[in-house]
Amino acid sequence: MKVAVLKGGRSLERGVSLRSGARVEDALERLGHEALGLDVGADLVAQLVDERPDVAFVAMHGRGGEDGTAQELLEILGVPFTGPGVAACARCMDKILAKHALREAGVPTPDWFAFNETAFRELGAADTLDRMEERLGFPLVVKPSRGGSALGVKFAANPGEIPQALISAFSYDDRVLLERFVDGRELAVSVIGAEPLPIVEAIPTGDRYDFEARYEIGRTEFVCPAELEAGEAAAVTEASISAYRALGCAGFARVDLILGADGPQVLEVNAIPGLTDTSLLPQAAEAAGLPFERLVEQILELALEERAAATPRL
Amino acid sequence: MRKPNLPSAVASIRHTSDMSEPPPPHRRRAHTRSRDLERYAGLFAGRTRVMRSSAMRDLMAVTARPEVISLAGGLPDTSTFPPKSFAAQMTRIAQASTAEALQYGPTEGFEETKDCILQVMGAEGMLPESDDIIVTTGGQQAIDLICKTLLDPGDVVICEAPTYPGAVPVFCSYQAEVVQIECDEDGMRVEELEGVLGRLADEGKRPKFVYSVPSFQNPAGVTMSFERRRRLVELARSHELLVVEDSPYGLLRYGGEALPPLYQLDGGDYVIYVGTFSKIFSPGIRLGWAVAPPPVMQKIVLGKQAADLCTSTLTQFFVREYFAEGLWQNYIEDLIEIYRRRRDVMLEALGKHFPPQATWTEPEGGLFIWATLPEYIDTSDLLAKALRDNVAFVPGQAAYIDGRGRNSMRLNFSGVSDDEIREGIRRIGKVIGEQVDLYGALTGEVPAAPRDEAADPGGDVLPFRKTGEAGQ
Repeated sequence: MKVAVLKGGRSLERGVSLRSGARVEDALERLGHEALGLDVGADLVAQLVDERPDVAFVAMHGRGGEDGTAQELLEILGVPFTGPGVAACARCMDKILAKHALREAGVPTPDWFAFNETAFRELGAADTLDRMEERLGFPLVVKPSRGGSALGVKFAANPGEIPQALISAFSYDDRVLLERFVDGRELAVSVIGAEPLPIVEAIPTGDRYDFEARYEIGRTEFVCPAELEAGEAAAVTEASISAYRALGCAGFARVDLILGADGPQVLEVNAIPGLTDTSLLPQAAEAAGLPFERLVEQILELALEERAAATPRL
Repeated sequence: MRKPNLPSAVASIRHTSDMSEPPPPHRRRAHTRSRDLERYAGLFAGRTRVMRSSAMRDLMAVTARPEVISLAGGLPDTSTFPPKSFAAQMTRIAQASTAEALQYGPTEGFEETKDCILQVMGAEGMLPESDDIIVTTGGQQAIDLICKTLLDPGDVVICEAPTYPGAVPVFCSYQAEVVQIECDEDGMRVEELEGVLGRLADEGKRPKFVYSVPSFQNPAGVTMSFERRRRLVELARSHELLVVEDSPYGLLRYGGEALPPLYQLDGGDYVIYVGTFSKIFSPGIRLGWAVAPPPVMQKIVLGKQAADLCTSTLTQFFVREYFAEGLWQNYIEDLIEIYRRRRDVMLEALGKHFPPQATWTEPEGGLFIWATLPEYIDTSDLLAKALRDNVAFVPGQAAYIDGRGRNSMRLNFSGVSDDEIREGIRRIGKVIGEQVDLYGALTGEVPAAPRDEAADPGGDVLPFRKTGEAGQ
């Protein structure tokens, strides 16, 4: 099979995406497929039209690839692709939309308030900051709505730190959220098709699980399967599957949660989780007895099944 | 047990494969299992814990895109080097000395290369002994070899704040403790060095050397004053402390009076000099050098031998041919013309497009301007915003060990055209302006108007010539 691997692009997670893509290409070649690595740019459509791949493996992270943009183009061109569809990608990429969808579906997610720049620039939203403190407490987490790999995520320990944290978050997106900080264990549940993989726990060796800890061998300790009581594990898995469904994911995705005193809280769902050496999804697959090559194969199969189901043949 | 019979073992392997054609090249096993990762992590040396890749490096991956105006590089402009001259030199090497040029050379470097180095150093008033020079694979290797020679884990290195970002990983990989001394527009505040030395002595720590880029510093663009140079050399002597003088840009002066290098002031007793052909000729040839007192040099040579036996012979021949033409100083003069103009274009653009809360240095040479923004702007995050407008710079954090510098940025003017500089600075100014306005809206503070120099708070800020509210 000829598989186009979409990677890179100009997202801020370009570097991570190139590593994910390279690893997928390697696996595809070992599986005997023809892997065509495409660093996504202005010539993407032309290349896809020329090369006519059987399927596209989307290994892009962040904007342009994980937000439904590339998926929309692939749909127009009639190229089946891996991972969630356009709508699910758009919902997952946008944390504010995702949190609304989760809450409506009854999936636990930490309390939050969301703002856009206009609210502060033109509507005097700054005057509501003290009220937010009452509702969310300190410390609180400030995040750009569309951002990945913890980029632009800041913790504000007191009211004085909020403006600076907002300035950072607004560097990544024109909408940000202030979220209640939930203290607890950092967990991730990857889902393939409709099946959950074993739960991974990330235990940072440094202070927090930030961008650098995510992509460096030895910076974070991962435990998979996470050591949880049976009841806890079931609650985490159930919340993850509910989140995956609530956002309309298909193919594969990774749900990030915090297990706090009041049970699991879903932080976000990654429509195209990292596939690098240090990424969580491949580790979880490994723990489930699914080596990386099998994982890639299975993701491809799901993409083709999805396609077959969507377009009835004559 | 019988000893394995090697020849027959080989024969049996051959027997099992198809004798008619050689076996296909063997690909390594996929290293994808998390077990593998754990196993490697367990093998890593302690020093790799402090060898960090960074979020910034990933952001920098985007700056390489062709549509991005990158003021983040540190590149000299090699586009003006005449191709004919390059071809002629390479042809002469091929005709006269193919065999030697393709051979190993001495670990210390060829005498002919050292003659070229003596010419360059002579142009700045230095006259070292040829025996005190080692030719290295770029100035970067010279820094590495000096650290390798002098540093045990936990030893102290004193350097400028901000310091050359490329030196930080070297210090870290030798597990040095790095102490940074603030710069102002006259370079490192050498008067603070004495206090730092006293404090370190009280803590029972002995610094091994002071690392400084005294002229047109990377990244700050500032130049150490004559008084401070003299004081630094005196302190080194009285405390029996080495100074590593890294001088990649010394000959690239666009204005002001030339100042004597530390090496010249000291006479070569306590100053180790690091030079390079990268900024005056070509960074691609990877040729630099170090000058050190003989006992230190002996150890550096041993370190060099272990690292790579010798510096590329071919590029040393190339430098020799290039200098034989006798035009190397003309080329530097051409570069000075180009870079001076680009510096002026950037300074003018900064004045026009950066908000009054920003300050910046006005370098008399080198490749960089260092701009400081209000403290509430984190330039790593700002870079993400700037990249959406297709422009890049180096966030200041890279130049500090301790996370300071978050509100500063390094801007390069040597590797970009006049128009790119104007447009790049305009775009960066726009995103800064947006953040300044937003902060005003968030805090209810109206963006501050420019202030008088007299009101400048001083402290650990760089009191730059441009007046304004400096970031803390």
